[in-house]
Amino acid sequence: MTPAIDLSLGEVAASLALVAIAAAVSLYRRADLESELGVAVLRSFIQLTAIGFVIQAIFDSRSLWLVAMLLLVMVGFGSITARRRARAVPGALGPLVLALASAAALTLGLVLALGVFEPTPRYVVPVGGMVIGNAMTAAAVSLNRLADEVRSSSGRIEATLALGATARQASEGVVRRSLRSAMIPLIDSTKTTGVVFFPGTMVGMLLAGADPLDAVRLQLVLLWSLLGSVAIAAVIATALAYRGFFTPAHQLRESALETPIA
Amino acid sequence: MLQGVTLRIERGATAIVGPSGAGKSTLLRLLNRLADPDAGDLRFLGQDVRELDVLELRRRACLVPQLPAPLPGTVAANVDFGPRLHGVAADRDRSLALAGLDPSFAERDAQRLSVGEQQRLMLARALALDPEALLLDEPTAALDEAAKAGVERTLQTLERRAGVSTVLVTHDRAQARRLTTCTVELRNGRAAVA
Repeated sequence: MTPAIDLSLGEVAASLALVAIAAAVSLYRRADLESELGVAVLRSFIQLTAIGFVIQAIFDSRSLWLVAMLLLVMVGFGSITARRRARAVPGALGPLVLALASAAALTLGLVLALGVFEPTPRYVVPVGGMVIGNAMTAAAVSLNRLADEVRSSSGRIEATLALGATARQASEGVVRRSLRSAMIPLIDSTKTTGVVFFPGTMVGMLLAGADPLDAVRLQLVLLWSLLGSVAIAAVIATALAYRGFFTPAHQLRESALETPIA
Repeated sequence: MLQGVTLRIERGATAIVGPSGAGKSTLLRLLNRLADPDAGDLRFLGQDVRELDVLELRRRACLVPQLPAPLPGTVAANVDFGPRLHGVAADRDRSLALAGLDPSFAERDAQRLSVGEQQRLMLARALALDPEALLLDEPTAALDEAAKAGVERTLQTLERRAGVSTVLVTHDRAQARRLTTCTVELRNGRAAVA
């Protein structure tokens, strides 16, 4: 296949000129972001180049086992990254792994079962990465919010427990609000798609010379799958993680409330 | 926080007094298992609290928090909440009346009540569970003088009207004398009947 856009390494390096502008702005406004920018550029170069080789090798092998392993690695890294944002949630890693794995398995399973994509590495790897990435963000936001909500509502939660409510009944409100905060950003961006912003897949396909309506069809499938995966991830993460704040005797753990805000 | 506390609380009205940080609220939280002691045991009507169903214990020995924490919604929804958890119907008008609130409050938004009214709602919400004991954690600490006097009048007659025993945590000895017949003093993590 002939690529529609053929970039030399020199041309890629030339785009660093725009990073230089960002660094200059940072220097001028004393935002102190120059080294952060440097690290971001270096990491994106190393990580994307490495994953480029990995994906090329997986595409060449056409092995779905390798794809499954790559997706598992993504779930693992995604869960660890999300846990950093949810440090104040006791025992968050287990719920996060389950949330990300379920979101990936259910959404990928559905689009493959519906025959939207062929079950080949060329489709499963990028779509899986997109699903897991969005699920990670949603799960992290939901748990981060959950910790804040439990802390700010601890009086009301304890007052409810004192009436004989279970931990689950006492945390219904905080779980609901955490779920909403995780899902609203994607719902809003889905609402404004094509008006305020153009999603990445569509932009990529248009740049690569695809027919606009083909690009739109694929983008819709991805957008709607992402909505589903984000919902699954946030629901599972919050439904399991709230238990970490309580003892089996339906007591709010004091230690959970003393953890610093993430 | 509490060490070697040996204490027997009889039926009726008992006050727990002591300086800030003496463990008064902690003791109250141990009584209905919002917290558990590291060592030792607690009995409710002769039974180890850890052998009782914790949710049922909290219905029978119900805690009213220091700061009012109404649920979003109406006064009626707040009063009905506890009984609904336990699968029984609330006698809403009786609970409101016992707490000194007119039944016309039922449809008002709980969040829009004054702090004094909210504290009475907390009392009504607990009384709706028909508890054997009410655990009151400084119930007038957040109130102004007028509201405090009103809530005190309600508490003074509660035992006679509702047949409920009360354990009142307060730092105010005069209030303890006004509202209870027995006072326990906590100091340096130990208890003494005053």
